[in-house]
Amino acid sequence: MNSRIFHIATNTFREAVRDRVLYNLVAFALLISAAAVLVGQISIHIERLVVINLGLTAVSLFGIVIAIFIGIGLVSKEIDKRTLYTVLSRPVRRWEFIAGKFFGLSGTLVVNTFFMAIGVFAALAYVSHHLVAADLWILVALYFIVLQFVIITALALFFSSFSTPIFSALFAFLLFIIGSFANDLRNFAALTHGVTRWFATAAAYLVPNFSELNVIAEVAHGATIPARLIILNSVYVAVYALVLLSGAVLIFERRNLK
Amino acid sequence: MPAIEILGLEKIYSVGFWRKRAKRALHPLHLSVEEGEIFGFLGPNGAGKTTTLKILMGLVFPTSGTARILGMHLDDPRMKAQIGFLPEQPYFYDHLTARELLTYYGQLSGVDSGQLREKVGDVLDQVKLTDSANVQLRKFSKGMLQRVGIAQAILHDPKIVFLDEPMSGLDPMGRREVRNLIENLKAAGKTIFFSTHILSDAEALCDRVGILHRGQLRGVGAIPELTASVHGNVEITWRGTKTPAGIRTMFLECHATADTMRVVVPENNQEVVLETLRREGLRLISVIPVRTSLEDYFVAQLGKPEKMESVSLGT
Repeated sequence: MNSRIFHIATNTFREAVRDRVLYNLVAFALLISAAAVLVGQISIHIERLVVINLGLTAVSLFGIVIAIFIGIGLVSKEIDKRTLYTVLSRPVRRWEFIAGKFFGLSGTLVVNTFFMAIGVFAALAYVSHHLVAADLWILVALYFIVLQFVIITALALFFSSFSTPIFSALFAFLLFIIGSFANDLRNFAALTHGVTRWFATAAAYLVPNFSELNVIAEVAHGATIPARLIILNSVYVAVYALVLLSGAVLIFERRNLK
Repeated sequence: MPAIEILGLEKIYSVGFWRKRAKRALHPLHLSVEEGEIFGFLGPNGAGKTTTLKILMGLVFPTSGTARILGMHLDDPRMKAQIGFLPEQPYFYDHLTARELLTYYGQLSGVDSGQLREKVGDVLDQVKLTDSANVQLRKFSKGMLQRVGIAQAILHDPKIVFLDEPMSGLDPMGRREVRNLIENLKAAGKTIFFSTHILSDAEALCDRVGILHRGQLRGVGAIPELTASVHGNVEITWRGTKTPAGIRTMFLECHATADTMRVVVPENNQEVVLETLRREGLRLISVIPVRTSLEDYFVAQLGKPEKMESVSLGT
């Protein structure tokens, strides 16, 4: 990574930490501890299932909220507050600024997820008194959750490069919801005919496919995740994020900072 | 080679809901600033000073025209490593301390990491912020933020420093400090291009000034040259209290004492008044030109009619 991108990313991370974004970890810790205690008392033989489901869903939702609400301000806040003026008047190219912001927020989410993952494993160890080898698949589910954050960060950054924060949040959230049903949309497209089929198919393939990135249920039931899916998802997210970031750069490169 | 060469920069914004209406912020601007000069870019609020600076900094793109700084194009990163910029009413990352902010900007400007710590310390000392170096900027006053702004503009030892309204929001002591700082920069061989609407600052500091009004450059040159072009006034004093009737309408000011009359008249009427005094046999004591200030020149330029030009968006 070029040094300017690294410095912008580091500053973005530091800003998130100092703006108390990581305080969500406290809420998460309380939630997962309460769940573990409660589940231990009322569940019979499904403690692991409940804790994994609840823990990973919470990791995902907390991260998505952070990705959207910080992501939408990454560019617009810098323009509104004019902090961008003293950055872009230096030897910093606009694409480097976008890339730095992207890596900074992605890094913040990775660190956030890391601490939450510790919470999930601790809760699991508490309810089942030991960890088993199959629990390692939870790491794959967590990796897929991080991949979701990468797409959402890129989406928020893309919308933030030309739209207001409110619309950016709305667009990013809507795409997350639609993308979570991308496989259902594809199945629906296969059942239709004519123009409807064409449109439904195009929409199903254009929206980010979050359903393929959600393996929480499988992991909770002890299923294994094929290596092929891990590779395909990694490539898919890399390409999808790159396209979104390229779009953000193209728009931002032409924007007058009034 | 001029330090700054502006070659017909023009900016027209598209405004309105459908962006069909054109609003001209800057008429084609031609201007050149030599190395080592302090150039004052003057004009009332909304004259186009900030737009010009934003174009030079690559924050806004010109509708037409171009500019070169140190002979390099505006998007050349090598050029940007050699300039410093203080925006108007600067706002910085307030989660950082002054030292962290300057370190961050030094890193972005490519300052050698081995020297960065020392440079940050020196520049904090220069703007008298050493004691507050480790305080988060959200706790800084407006004047302190302005000083941080100047520090970040000079941190990387740039050849040219662009300052947009550097004295705004400062108390008299703060303004004097900034003036001293600008003079020190000039003494160090820097070129300074600063915009202001405070004429006394420009008069005290600038080698040359340019006056911008409604996006048009109305005049450019050294202050004595510019003020010499404005027809000034003269103060005429004579013995006695008699005032000839024919010249009374020419008086801009009139002061009578026990045995002298002192009047101020436009320079154009000086000969008529003197001839009348001679004819009436009144004894002349003195004729003193009243110094024309930059303000007189400024007001005269702002009063000139604008060049009429049509604007079309070509859509």
